[in-house]
Amino acid sequence: MLETLMLSRIQFAANISFHILFPTITIALSWFLFYFKFRYDKTKDPVWMRAYRFWVKIFALTFAIGVVSGITMSFQFGTNWPKFMETVGNIAGPLLGYEVLTAFFLEAGFLGIMLFGINRVSPRIHTLSTFIVAVGTSLSAFWILALNSWMQTPQGHEMRDGVAFPISWLEIIFNPSFPYRLTHMLIASGLTAAFLVAGISAYRLLKGDNKQAPKLTLKISLTVAMLLTPLQIFVGDLHGLNTLEHQPQKIAAMESVWHTEKNVPFLIFAIPDEANKTNHFEIGLPGMASFVLTHDFNGEVKGLNEFEGNHPPVAPVFYAFRIMVGIGLLMLAISWFSRIKIARKQSLPPWLLKALVAMSFSGWIATLAGWYVTEIGRQPWLVNGILTIKDAATDIAPENVGFTLVMYLILYAVLLVAYLHTIFTMAGRAIEIEEISDEERIKPIVTPAPVNLNKEKQHV
Amino acid sequence: MFEANTLAVVFVSLMGLSILLYAVLDGFDLGVGILLPLEQKDDSDTMIASIGPFWDANETWLVLAVGLLLIAFPAAHSYIFKELYIPTAVLLISLVLRGVAFDFRAKAAFSHKPTWNRVFKMGSLLAAMSQGYMLGMYIMGFESTLAAYSFSLLSAFGVAAAYSYIGACWLIMKTEGALQIQAVNWAKKTSLICFVGIIGVSVVNPIINPDVYAKWFMWPNAIYMLALPFICFSLFVYSYIQLTRLPAVEDKGCWKPFMAAVMIFLLCFFGLGFSFFPYIVPGKLTIWESASAPESLSFILWGAILVVPVIFSYTAYSYRVFWGKVQELRYH
Repeated sequence: MLETLMLSRIQFAANISFHILFPTITIALSWFLFYFKFRYDKTKDPVWMRAYRFWVKIFALTFAIGVVSGITMSFQFGTNWPKFMETVGNIAGPLLGYEVLTAFFLEAGFLGIMLFGINRVSPRIHTLSTFIVAVGTSLSAFWILALNSWMQTPQGHEMRDGVAFPISWLEIIFNPSFPYRLTHMLIASGLTAAFLVAGISAYRLLKGDNKQAPKLTLKISLTVAMLLTPLQIFVGDLHGLNTLEHQPQKIAAMESVWHTEKNVPFLIFAIPDEANKTNHFEIGLPGMASFVLTHDFNGEVKGLNEFEGNHPPVAPVFYAFRIMVGIGLLMLAISWFSRIKIARKQSLPPWLLKALVAMSFSGWIATLAGWYVTEIGRQPWLVNGILTIKDAATDIAPENVGFTLVMYLILYAVLLVAYLHTIFTMAGRAIEIEEISDEERIKPIVTPAPVNLNKEKQHV
Repeated sequence: MFEANTLAVVFVSLMGLSILLYAVLDGFDLGVGILLPLEQKDDSDTMIASIGPFWDANETWLVLAVGLLLIAFPAAHSYIFKELYIPTAVLLISLVLRGVAFDFRAKAAFSHKPTWNRVFKMGSLLAAMSQGYMLGMYIMGFESTLAAYSFSLLSAFGVAAAYSYIGACWLIMKTEGALQIQAVNWAKKTSLICFVGIIGVSVVNPIINPDVYAKWFMWPNAIYMLALPFICFSLFVYSYIQLTRLPAVEDKGCWKPFMAAVMIFLLCFFGLGFSFFPYIVPGKLTIWESASAPESLSFILWGAILVVPVIFSYTAYSYRVFWGKVQELRYH
């Protein structure tokens, strides 16, 4: 039987991992939508409206799951982590409050007009609503990342009788890791949405869609991916250097450096052995970790030995970091290769389309892996140096937490399957029944399979 | 900088306002979900279309209410939701199911639509009932007695009926023809159940909570406080009379039952608030004992003073855009 602490941790991890999948898409997808709508207003070319119409439906579905899965979070702070709010509530509360007041209401308030109001308001107001929803989603990221970053690198407060009190809100919000984490996350969202748009567009083309819209969205999303991947690698590097300064134990775990040393290799693969404080089967690039972290091949990197009893579990952080970086490099390669190919040949061969379909949700995996690095890397602290996970936990009966955990896990599994299934159903439906004029057609990349046009004709 | 005791009162009022707005706004859209007639496909579509543009923003009031409890009264937040751990989980899961069903029913494979309609209806019902159950347990001071559980169960049905009532009144405003007539019938029936439920809570509450009894029946409070149930009763009668006159020529007065329902919600909420103030956990924690640091509350209050009026204005704008009878709900 697991105890309440462990069950609460698994439950929170499950809730927040499931939740983040959806905002990660919508934060950036809303900007894609604004761009489509803006271009439509400027050019009046119907292809932009088609792109908008298709993607706004996927946005609506994704947004809804994001909203409802997010509500669970606001209850769990109190139910499962009572000491969190009791200790740092004076800091966390206002940041969460501002998220609700400035972001949640804004996006929810204009979402109705964005989704259903196009015939009821002027085109300008509709485009403006789309813009406001996009601003709202990004503002939400701003506040929640301010809080998360403060938990990693707290400042601007003072402790009185074990409770944190705010001194400077500017210092609290703009704490040292915040600018890097916010930028890193916003770009991650951009990449997640870009690869989703690219993947689903590629799927439609592969299935014989002969319309302009998927071709156009494929091109745009690959352009975005091509620009964002190098930028993300650059920002990621800065974020890493910032972490080295403020949370060196996290870096030591990411690189699995057990003892402080010079000329540290970057390990491409290894099996960290926590018990013996060493790695097995190391494959590394000599001196690279030292070079990346100190910009000197002979630079000294602090090892885990300096943080005895105060560092995170090594293996999950180490592996998650490699998954994130690996997917990032894959994204870099495939986006540049595909985008250059499109520029030269105007279309992509089926194998490359298939590869893009396979990458549709790669952003999810990279984002989750990245969050696991930073969140597990903060252990054993909940708020760095102020409150440990253990001290924040609830005393609810483990059976109750176990029960809700099982319910959540079943729910999330069902929703994830339904979501993925629905997205591809919608893509398939868009191919079959959307009526278009001849000038909107393109030469199909593959011959379409015969489709039954009689079924499911209504409700596009 | 505001004074600490004032801040606690300001924040409990803000929280009360968001709970009330939530109960009215998400109340009508949960109610529409509860009433969903599964076998009438077109009517189901119309009914869901009537809440489509709003449900998301409506639910945000719950996030704000719980957020304010968490931010301003963290100790009360932990206390209440630890006591209500399982019903809270049921509420959350129902809200999740209901929210996603709203989108899945229109977007998933069409053969799955009836299933998602059912999920939508069940999710709405369970969400309303778990809220009612939580309200019941709150009034009963989170006791683990048979009486408390029975009362909370009754309260669960009462809240479901109240939401159905306001939902039906909403539909009377937003629909026409056969569906409107059906909504009038729903409103009549649910208003009666709701009426009985309110009487039940009003009787039990002062009996089991001596503080509440003292407050309501203490001279001279009693004179004007007892006007409250009287006005409430009149509103029910008024609403019922209006309902018997509907549907009317040119839809005259189709908004009256809804306004009456909103007034009833307002009065009941005020009654409950009056009963427990200044306690935030009945008999255990007052708002002053559990309030957060004044420097934190001031920081949010400044923001709220600036932002809340803006929220009200664009919410009103959104309702104005979708004013009138429902049109087919389409993503453009």
